[in-house]
Amino acid sequence: MKNRCSKVLALVGALALMMGSLTACGDTNTGSSVQGTPAESKVESSAAESKVESSAAESKDAQTTLSGTIQMSGSTSMEKLANALCEAFMEKYPDVTATAEFTGSGAGIEAVLAGTVDIGNSSRNLKEEEKTKGAVENIVAIDGIAVCLDPANTVADLTKQQLIDIYTGKITNWKELGGADEPIVVVGREAGSGTRGAFEELLEVKDACKYANELDSTGAVIAKVASTPGAIGYASLDTIDDSVVAAKMEGVEATAENIKAGTYFLCRPFVMATKGEISEQSELLQAWFDFVMGPEGQEIAANVGLITVE
Amino acid sequence: MKSETNASIMGNRKNKAVVETVAQIIFTICALFAILAVISITLYMILSGTPAIFQVGPMEILFGTVWAPTAAEPRFGILYVILTSIVGTFLAILLGVPIGILTAVFLAEVAPKKLAMAVKPAVELLAGIPSVVYGLLGIYLLGPVMYRLEKFVFADSTTHQFTGGANLMSAVIVLAIMILPTVINISETSIRAVQPGIKAASLALGASHIQTIFRSILPAARSGIMTAVVLGVGRAIGEAMAITLVSGSSVNPPLPFNSVRFLTTAIVSEMGYAEVGSTHRNMLFTIGLVLFVFIMLINVVLSRILKKGEVHR
Repeated sequence: MKNRCSKVLALVGALALMMGSLTACGDTNTGSSVQGTPAESKVESSAAESKVESSAAESKDAQTTLSGTIQMSGSTSMEKLANALCEAFMEKYPDVTATAEFTGSGAGIEAVLAGTVDIGNSSRNLKEEEKTKGAVENIVAIDGIAVCLDPANTVADLTKQQLIDIYTGKITNWKELGGADEPIVVVGREAGSGTRGAFEELLEVKDACKYANELDSTGAVIAKVASTPGAIGYASLDTIDDSVVAAKMEGVEATAENIKAGTYFLCRPFVMATKGEISEQSELLQAWFDFVMGPEGQEIAANVGLITVE
Repeated sequence: MKSETNASIMGNRKNKAVVETVAQIIFTICALFAILAVISITLYMILSGTPAIFQVGPMEILFGTVWAPTAAEPRFGILYVILTSIVGTFLAILLGVPIGILTAVFLAEVAPKKLAMAVKPAVELLAGIPSVVYGLLGIYLLGPVMYRLEKFVFADSTTHQFTGGANLMSAVIVLAIMILPTVINISETSIRAVQPGIKAASLALGASHIQTIFRSILPAARSGIMTAVVLGVGRAIGEAMAITLVSGSSVNPPLPFNSVRFLTTAIVSEMGYAEVGSTHRNMLFTIGLVLFVFIMLINVVLSRILKKGEVHR
């Protein structure tokens, strides 16, 4: 009898605890998702504004008078950069709320043109059509990708077409490219990786790549390429070390200088598009772009593995 | 002193009862943790694993062969992943269990005492090595060797995609080594636990030592050895860290020199970037659910087999 009682008690206790933890999870989830919606952040910001106005009357410090909301939406590839910038900006100006949503480059520009957000993030150059509608291309950083080869490889220069053929499985041996008789081991990143997305987008080989190795980190890619004769891989430009060789693309070396000069094709701009020139924007947005293009913002860009525009 | 404390507890009925109750409560609470963990894991797996089944469809998931979660038209077929886990585990058992059992026989029956004293700690050390170290050794030691073998085997092939040594074979070899300590330790214990009379009777009837081992001792230790195999299967099918480094992680049919993805590595490799709330992420949980069901099935089937064996004895 006593045994049965305690068994029942145990089960009930377990269930209760579990329910508690489950509902707790649910609560935090809804909490954070609500915070992300524009409505909520607007409410927050108006509250913040009124607070600032009262404090601004007392002390007229230029820095603390900045208040309001910056909303941006767009490229998923820019998630890391946008979040890092928002965080740092809000730390510098505590009365400002900066939020970013990640809906895709096209949707972001559409939103900024429609006026629903202040900034449209785009991980590609703006199209002529978008520019004529009033979108202005403000490049805040550049994402560069290097193709790395093992150090013993004699082929050190690839064309775009050769790279496409290698990654889609048309070329399978280095001798077809004038190198040694060595099979090509095609190394890449896992589905969902930003680097893989950018690489496949730039080569226009989305979903057509035939990988022999899909590794889940930049370090793993470089280690695999470094230790495997005939391997080819890709990684963010700033992560390439001496254990591998960065191949030339169409005769151009993979360096930050060449990317800025526009001669190295395996790169894409990170654009924060505005409707109209920056000088026509509100004081808050001008401060945002001063911050992003300034030393602090560019340091953040460098920290997340991007090439700075200055 | 000792007699005094004894007297105080034993002598006082009230104290004794309190100690008993408190101890029982502590035991119950401890047991609750395990139950709570099992129930919450099961519930969580089912809750988070089922949405994708409805979004994608069970047939497409279980029998689809294309895994392209981020494509414009995403595909979520995990047939090759499931097959890889089954084939990989089976091959690892095929390779690891005979070596393990024979090592156990060697340790328990054949080896001179001094040699056994040296081998035993080595085996125990093998069990303590973290799995990621097995993976690293796999990359640096096994990889180049396997790549040379691969180049030799497919020297004239025009269709084979070279993996650079990261393939099913490498993963199987690493898994086989990883299950060795489990198999060896449990088999050895069960061999040592065989009644000495059985061995003595066999030898007395004129059987040689080797005949005795294979005809009398091993059959008598069968249930313990089966337990060793079950635990080995469990370790092999659940292992992720080591094989994610040596299997290549592309979704391909489980052929020896193909780069393959296991159920475990499929979850690990894409969890980092799969968008929260997307079908892709839900699908990773579904893979977890499939793995969970697999392990449950294996446990149930093998424990049935074990019980049957015991009844026969």
